Amino acid sequence: MSNYQKRGKDELARRVAQDIFDGAYVNLGIGMPTLVANHLPAGLEVVLHSENGVLGMGPAAAEGEEDYDLINAGKQPVTLLPGGAYFHHADSFGMMRGGHLDICVLGAFQVSATGDLANWHTGAPDAIPAVGGAMDLAIGAKQTWVMMDLLDKQGRSKIVSECSYPLTGIACVKRIYGDLATLACTPQGLRLIDLVEGLVHAELERLLGLPVAAG
Amino acid sequence: MINKIAASVAEALAGVADGATVLIGGFGTAGIPTELIDGLIEQGARDLTVVNNNAGNGETGLAALLKTGRVSKIICSFPRQADSQVFDGLYRGGKIELELVPQGNLAERLRAAGAGIGAFYTPTGFGTELAKGKETRVLNGRPQVLEYPIHGDVALIKAERGDRWGNLVYRKAARNFGPVMATAARRTIATVHEIAELGELDPEAIITPGIHVSKLVKIERIATQAGGFKGAV
Repeated sequence: MSNYQKRGKDELARRVAQDIFDGAYVNLGIGMPTLVANHLPAGLEVVLHSENGVLGMGPAAAEGEEDYDLINAGKQPVTLLPGGAYFHHADSFGMMRGGHLDICVLGAFQVSATGDLANWHTGAPDAIPAVGGAMDLAIGAKQTWVMMDLLDKQGRSKIVSECSYPLTGIACVKRIYGDLATLACTPQGLRLIDLVEGLVHAELERLLGLPVAAG
Repeated sequence: MINKIAASVAEALAGVADGATVLIGGFGTAGIPTELIDGLIEQGARDLTVVNNNAGNGETGLAALLKTGRVSKIICSFPRQADSQVFDGLYRGGKIELELVPQGNLAERLRAAGAGIGAFYTPTGFGTELAKGKETRVLNGRPQVLEYPIHGDVALIKAERGDRWGNLVYRKAARNFGPVMATAARRTIATVHEIAELGELDPEAIITPGIHVSKLVKIERIATQAGGFKGAV
């Protein structure tokens, strides 16, 4: 057993933010991915897209200045940066589906080694299904990145050879930013991009139960 | 002379028939035509199919409409929310039919209806439960799913300003589904906070041209979440 430190939520968000380039059009999914906005390197101009019809979304609205006509996909009051724009839902999802966004960062229940994504439904028989924009986001951006802990609470790998949860999209995830490692999903399976300090390649493969090609 | 301004919500909603498909705009707190939904509850049409992104929150608005038992089917992308108890109860009790649609497909199916498109292929949802039983085809090397338009009998939307020809301007992210729903229904009813004189709305900035609007009703700007303003205007 090697001695390693997992990436915390903010550290993980910082790791994702490192790979976002100047001028990128980016959609950050609801939940953990929204943290990425707090860690974008200074001096970078990144245009954030919100599926409900906003480009150039700014930070959360200050207390007392909330405008409930200006909200993000998570329905929280936000702000608009100078240069930002509003548009209707069909245009917003056209932007997505049409491949105009550079990067989309999503959470996931499971990702397969070849990039299949499951993040909308646990498939539990009593669960009420809700999909929102998950399926459009998964397949729309030039690059779809997943941000998640690599193991579930029981220590089982959330990266699998085949998803057991209902699929959101097929072969759509390019990269997984995890608490233990960053990985690329390829038609041949996983490829290592980086590991947290102290974790060795063989130990990662053991934890995931999957082969990981060297980077 | 064209005058699409209705004196009241009740006048604007007269004639919504039993069995109608009703498109209802709004996303989160923005762009919900609350006054028109309340008016529809008053009006009393039954056996409705409702199209909205969600399936109602709390006990008011769409949730209150569902609670009357007059909605037999809902077409939406995200019914399950922390406060969607009214829908949850009806769904679990088998009292409402749900057609779950990815959000972008919902928007595009409405757009297709308004634009006279017979059907379209989209990559969204391919290989998932939501595409089960649907026709597929590989186009440009990419597998795609055949989706059909959603036509409304009536659309209820909320805009910011309008004129007697029915031209509409929206406010911020409250635009959301309004412009596409306005095109997708045989009759579109919009609420506005301000009525402008003809020519007063900048023609370069009109988002929904009046051809898509049947009636508009002026409503008060209420300091509620649904109204878009919490504090002073």
